[in-house]
Parts: sequence; C-alpha cells; structure tokens
Amino acid sequence: MSVLVFVEGLNGEIKKSSLEAASYGSQVAQQLGTTATAVAIGEVHEEALAKLGEQGIGKVLYDADERLKQFVADAYVKVIAKAAQQESAKVLVFSNSNIGAAVGSKLAVRLNGSLATNVTSLPKTDGGSFTVTRGVFSGKAFADVALTSDVKIIAVKKNTYEAAHNAGSTATIEKLSADLTDADFAAAPKETVMQETDGGVLLPEAEIVVSGGRGLKGPENWHLVEDLAKALGAATACSKPVSDMDWRPHHEHVGQTGITVSPNLYIAIGISGAIQHLAGVNSSKVIVVINKDPEAPFFKAADYGIVGDAFEIVPKLIEAAKALDK
Amino acid sequence: MKILVCISNVPDTTSKINFTADNKEFDKNGVQFVINPWDEYALTRAIELKEAKGGTVTVLNVGEADAEPNIRKALAIGADDAIRVNAKPTDAFFVAQQIAAVAKENSYDMILMGKESIDFNGSQVHGMVGELLGIPSVVPAFKLDMVDDSTARLEREIEGGKEVVEVKLPFVASAQQPMSEPRIPNMRGIMTARTKPLAVKEPVGAEAKAEYVNFSKPEKKSGVKMIDPENAGELITLLRNEAKVL
Ligand SMILES: Cc1cc2nc3c(=O)[nH]c(=O)nc-3n(C[C@H](O)[C@H](O)[C@H](O)COP(=O)(O)OP(=O)(O)OC[C@H]3O[C@@H](n4cnc5c(N)ncnc54)[C@H](O)[C@@H]3O)c2cc1C
Repeated sequence: MSVLVFVEGLNGEIKKSSLEAASYGSQVAQQLGTTATAVAIGEVHEEALAKLGEQGIGKVLYDADERLKQFVADAYVKVIAKAAQQESAKVLVFSNSNIGAAVGSKLAVRLNGSLATNVTSLPKTDGGSFTVTRGVFSGKAFADVALTSDVKIIAVKKNTYEAAHNAGSTATIEKLSADLTDADFAAAPKETVMQETDGGVLLPEAEIVVSGGRGLKGPENWHLVEDLAKALGAATACSKPVSDMDWRPHHEHVGQTGITVSPNLYIAIGISGAIQHLAGVNSSKVIVVINKDPEAPFFKAADYGIVGDAFEIVPKLIEAAKALDK
Repeated sequence: MKILVCISNVPDTTSKINFTADNKEFDKNGVQFVINPWDEYALTRAIELKEAKGGTVTVLNVGEADAEPNIRKALAIGADDAIRVNAKPTDAFFVAQQIAAVAKENSYDMILMGKESIDFNGSQVHGMVGELLGIPSVVPAFKLDMVDDSTARLEREIEGGKEVVEVKLPFVASAQQPMSEPRIPNMRGIMTARTKPLAVKEPVGAEAKAEYVNFSKPEKKSGVKMIDPENAGELITLLRNEAKVL
C-alpha cells in the first residue's frame, strides 16, 4: 500500500503544480503511515526526477518511451495504472491540470476508484472515512466529499498546496515499462504547438497574474499589462469580452467559462468584476483592482484598490515595480 | 452522422450560491437554471456539423423533470430529439454510467459535452464515458472538424499550448471556448421544439463512488484597502512589505 503521485514535465523540468502534488502526496503518505512514489512519463531530466526527493518522494518510476513525449491519454493511463498496480497504490495524486483531469477520470474507471478533482485540502481520515474538500460552484463554495472506493484518486487544485523543499533529499529512479502497443496511441497528437510565453510564465501555473479588461480600450494598449507583468515576473490574462473581440488569445481568458486561476497575486486592470469573471479568480490570495469607477463590483472582492484611470496608474506601477530589487 | 450531446442543468451564472440549513444540499430556492455554458459550445458545434454534413443530434440529460425546460431549449436551438434519464445525479461516476448505457444502445458517432459543469466543476464525466465505452476521449477541445466521414480533427488545450489530434469515430470530446458561438433559440425553433420527441428513461443500476457530505462558503474578505491614485507606486511597496506577495 502506498501513495502514487503522477508528475508532469515541461521542457525537461517538473511542473510547479506537480511539485505541489508531490508534496501533497508525501503528506498523505505520512498521514497513512506509508511512503510516496512518483510516476513520471515522457521527457523529464533525471536530475529533475531525483530532486523530487525534496518534496518527500522516495522513489520515482520513469517510463522514457519516446512516443510519450507528447501527451496521449490512453498510453499515459496505461503507464500510471501499471505503476499503481506495481506499488499497490491505494491513493493516487495528480495536479488538477488538463492532463490530470483527462487521465484521472479514465483511471477512476480502470482502477474502480473514487475521484475528486479541484481538491483544496488534505484528506481527513478519522473514523475510517476519507474526506477531502473541493472547490465547487466555480469558486463560490466548497464541498466536503467522502471517497468511498478502496482506491482514491485526488487531483489537487493548483497553487493551493505549497511545494515543500527539503534541500538535498534525493529520490531513487527506477525504469518502468508498460508494454505499450500501437492501439494505445490511436488518439496520439499529430502536432503539438506551444505558445510563446513572455518570460516563460504559464498562466495556469503563475504565482502572479496581471489581467486586463475592456477598460483598456483596445489591443494597442496591452503593452501596459505586458510591461507590468514583465516587471513582476507575472503571466498575463484578460476578461471574456477582451478575448471575444480578439484583442487577446482565448487561452488568456479567465473566469467561469475560461481558465480558473488561484495565484498569490491577481491584478485586475479595467475589469468590472462581473460575477462570472470573479468565479475564475476569487480564490487568488491577494486581489488588486484598478478601475476608474469607484462603484465597480470588483472592489468588493479586492484586498487593495485604486480608483483612477488605468492609463495614468499603470505606468506608475510599472515604474515602481521596476525599481524593486529582486 | 449520429451525435449525442450531453447537457447538464446548472444554476444561472449570476446565481448567488446558498445551501440548505444543514449544509447538505444546494438550495434551489429562487435560482434560475440554464444549460451548462460549456455544454452549449458542444451543442452548437454538433448542430453546425449536422447542418454541414447531415445526420442527427440527440441531447441527453441525466436529471429530474425540472431539467425539461432546458432540454426543450436545446431542442429549440436545433437538436432533433432528447433523452432524459430520470435520476438525481449523485456523482460523476453515476452520471457517466447512465450516459454510457444510453450510448451502448444507440451507437453514436460522437459524444460531445462541456469541459466541466459550472456547479460541480468535476471535469470527470467525459473521460469516464470514454473509458466505459472503450473509445478515445479528447479533452478539453476548442476546435472540432471532420477530415472525412470516419475521421475527426480536434484541437485540444494543454497547459502552455495546444495539441492537434485526429481520431477515428466514434469518440468522446469535451468542449470549451471557442469551439462555437452559442445560439439563441428563435420563435420557429421554440415552436418546433414542443413537438420534438423527449424520451424519459429509467436509470441503470449504478453506484456512486463519492458522497457529498457538507457544503460551505469561502470566508468573506475583510475589506479593501484603498490607495491614493496620486501615489499609486505605494501599492507595490505594500504588496511587498505588507501582503508579502512580491
Ligand atoms: C454565461 C456567461 C459566462 C461568462 N463567463 C465569463 C468569464 O469566464 N470571464 C469573464 O471575464 N467574463 C465572463 N462573462 C462576461 C461577464 O458577465 C462580463 O461581461 C465581463 O467579465 C466584463 O468584462 P470587463 O470587465 O472587461 O468589461 P466591462 O464590463 O465593460 O468593464 C470594463 C471596466 O473597465 C473600467 N474602465 C473603463 N475605462 C477605464 C480606464 N481608463 N481606467 C480604469 N478602468 C476603466 C470600467 O469602469 C468598467 O468597470 C460571462 C457572461 C456570461 C453570460
């Protein structure tokens, strides 16, 4: 019986959200008096795998099959299921990412397990029950869910559980092979296209997000958002009408029908704070709102606010941010 | 082409969320229900494909009778017929089993649904249905076209980019923006929807694997600290020294 964490790689490194999942998994293992093993797939450097020891992982199972460089749900599921069987894993932990959701739901069927996504707490395991808290109603509420199957699968919401760093601890690496066949690659991608990210900060993983709304008047003014983001090492985002009008790409749209983010800091510039927008951002730890309308609903959800014209305020913020010593 | 579109009936996006006194259930009092916004992307794309290539679009809801107005709305938008599995959805696995049971009886070429529902935010049903039926699921997809009669081409979002996937029919896909531009039903659609078939089926026996035991709401923010626009730069100092997020 052990806890198995599925970690995702990006450019050879482990994603921040997977480091969070690894720490979460180690904590659950401790709670249950067992050990945590990670399973990694695709292209991840060996040093990065060994460093998972810092998050409390003792052993990493690694399938280096070339065909797994790209995400293929069926093949990934087979590898993770094999690892779960090998480790007799009773708890599986993922990050609540697009990949995590795709494999988690398939594994729940294959392993006959209970699945909880969007999880924001460690499990409560008193009295034989196993209950986690998950975000529901687009961030407007939480639900406590009892997972009743023998196998429990948990997808941890990004940025809600901090990654531990016990410097110097290393994990051992073992090769894993799941005997993949061509059929497992029937829905393999033809092509993978990565976005250009300013300074390499991915929006769903970002700790700081600078976001712009219709108040910025047009795409030609987006340098204000971008420059502030650059000065703070942040990712950029936008409200729905902004992406609907093609001022910004759709993958930047946050909210109820866009991406959900929960960064440490969310800065909203010229965004009214409609309930559907708030739904995707209201679990951010600190929210800053800049809006010329003092009645903008966003101020009710904010920790810091400035009433004023974005075109005057943001340049001052960029200047102050640039002056920060990093 | 036979397309099955799964829709869920969810609180309107502007709803204030409340729970019953014992915090065991969502309080439906005074709440408007709508078709889950992400399901609308799937529904409209299915109708567009039908208009271009022929075929039928069936909508499926696992839910109680109070979902029927929104099922009729889906028919008014352009679906041909509808099935309601008469059950209170308990968890994603239960719902997925109902969908898979309907799919097994009717062999659809594709099964489309939203990326997640805006009430339970599970992102689970699509993968479970694919697995139960032993067919690929491509999630979450923001583009869906036919290459030829037996192959579809989808673009799915991955963190930091996209993947282009070609799959043979049948398959499951979940939809997200901007797969299509959701439509508003017109008068003619509303009239014809009244006469379109809506079959009610009893659920297949299926166990739930997750039990919702309690609901709660996030703590309210303690209030906003306003900063003088003249000294806007002060915000950056506060974010570093007081909020400690920089
Ligand atoms: C089903 C459904 C789903 C939706 N999903 C989403 C979603 O996921 N995400 C989302 O964002 N929206 C969503 N919406 C839309 C949402 O209701 C709002 O329409 C949208 O969030 C408004 O965007 P905005 O604040 O950028 O624009 P507006 O509402 O136009 O607000 C612009 C704001 O900018 C301010 N402003 C103007 N000029 C300046 C200036 N010079 N300086 C400073 N401030 C200025 C104004 O005072 C105003 O508050 C959804 C709507 C529906 C019906």
